Amino acid sequence: MNSQSSTKTIVATGLGAAVFLVLFMYVKVPSPVPETNLQIAYGVSSFFAAVFGPVAGFLVAFVGHALSDFIQYGSPWWSWVVASGVGALITGLCAKKVAPAVEEGRFNTSELITFVIWAVIANAVAWLVAAPVLDIVMYSEPASTSFLQGVTAFGLDSIVSCVIGAILLKAYASTKTGKGSLSKDI
Amino acid sequence: MKIRTFSYDQLDTFVHRLSGLSKLVCFLLLTTAIMLTYDIRIILAIMVLSYIMMMISKIRYSQIKVMLIYVFAFLAFNFILTYVFAPEYGVKIYGTRHQLFSFGGPYTVTLEQLFYQVTKFSKYLSVIPLGIIFILTTNPSEFASALNGVGISYKICTSLSLTLRYFPDVADDYNSISLAQQARGLEMSKKAKMMDRLKRIAGILIPLIMTTMDRIDIISNAMDLRGFGKHKKRTWYAKKPLKRNDYISMAVCLAVLIISLYIRFAVNHSIYYNPFQ
Repeated sequence: MNSQSSTKTIVATGLGAAVFLVLFMYVKVPSPVPETNLQIAYGVSSFFAAVFGPVAGFLVAFVGHALSDFIQYGSPWWSWVVASGVGALITGLCAKKVAPAVEEGRFNTSELITFVIWAVIANAVAWLVAAPVLDIVMYSEPASTSFLQGVTAFGLDSIVSCVIGAILLKAYASTKTGKGSLSKDI
Repeated sequence: MKIRTFSYDQLDTFVHRLSGLSKLVCFLLLTTAIMLTYDIRIILAIMVLSYIMMMISKIRYSQIKVMLIYVFAFLAFNFILTYVFAPEYGVKIYGTRHQLFSFGGPYTVTLEQLFYQVTKFSKYLSVIPLGIIFILTTNPSEFASALNGVGISYKICTSLSLTLRYFPDVADDYNSISLAQQARGLEMSKKAKMMDRLKRIAGILIPLIMTTMDRIDIISNAMDLRGFGKHKKRTWYAKKPLKRNDYISMAVCLAVLIISLYIRFAVNHSIYYNPFQ
């Protein structure tokens, strides 16, 4: 992001976190695994990460998750809040390639593959490493439960971030006008 | 869908009069203290302190009822999960074994496991009132200035106050888009397959994200026109100056943290308090 659009990134972070918060709190789609829900919000955080970069992505997920915990439980479960942020942060590393393309109206196979690869790596780091390790270090949780929850979260959240994120990126790209989209009629 | 936001009340109590900055610092100090200990004596002391503060700040039961139900459901689930997956964790920690009775198989109930799980339960329970006090007694506009006060860049703080400001608007948008799509026959129930459900929720998300992107353009243009981000520092309209009571409360919370660390490293020599030896 260049300095010209830094205000836009700040505003996008703020509103992105608001959208994340709303979806995180109210939109629960039941998943095939009993007693667990698909968190649609992770699709939104990976969308904002891919368009506005890693820092914006981190803050969208971190602030959104922390505020949702504050409102629903009174106090955030920091290890998972940090893991959410880390996931979006790593997804945001694809922004270098994906963001300029999307702004020009392109979201084709090569951008899709880049996005999906980064999103899966990001979810793996967040839920298989960051969340369980922080659970054990910060809260002294038993390792077995933490890793079991981590594996479930990894599976579901990868699907959500890839599918929802890609759908949103595709839709957003199609509202943008590409370079050289006009041709002279002779 | 019921929209539930911070129900901040403008009251005049000791806790409300404190500046947002000192409440944030106290919250962080006390939650760190709880996070770093498994000593039930410290946890209970902080719990008593925070429930007294909750009474002083005149938080009504009706304000926190829904929150408490969520918390108890979560804690009960966590309690059972911990036992199912690690029934011998307490024995491992405390190094002794006082068996009470057995469910058969590896599932025996030991005094150590019970003590461990009760400690853990009260550990989580004692954090809740701290967060509730902070959220319900801090003016949302003051929240950003408080974060700026602990050294976070004002750009991040501005983005946070935008989140708080636009959260109800986005929730309203979501609600009307969702109703409109359902009126057009969008099936969101359990009958649809998972992939279909994901695609259909995109039918709500796409309009929501597009209106949000428009809004981002409008707000950021308005902020650019007013020269946002030109200077390195910013002042806050809602900032409260620190008074004597602010320093006293921060000192008390810091003392609690130091005492809990002292007990952990000099008295217990471990994160756990072991009454079995």
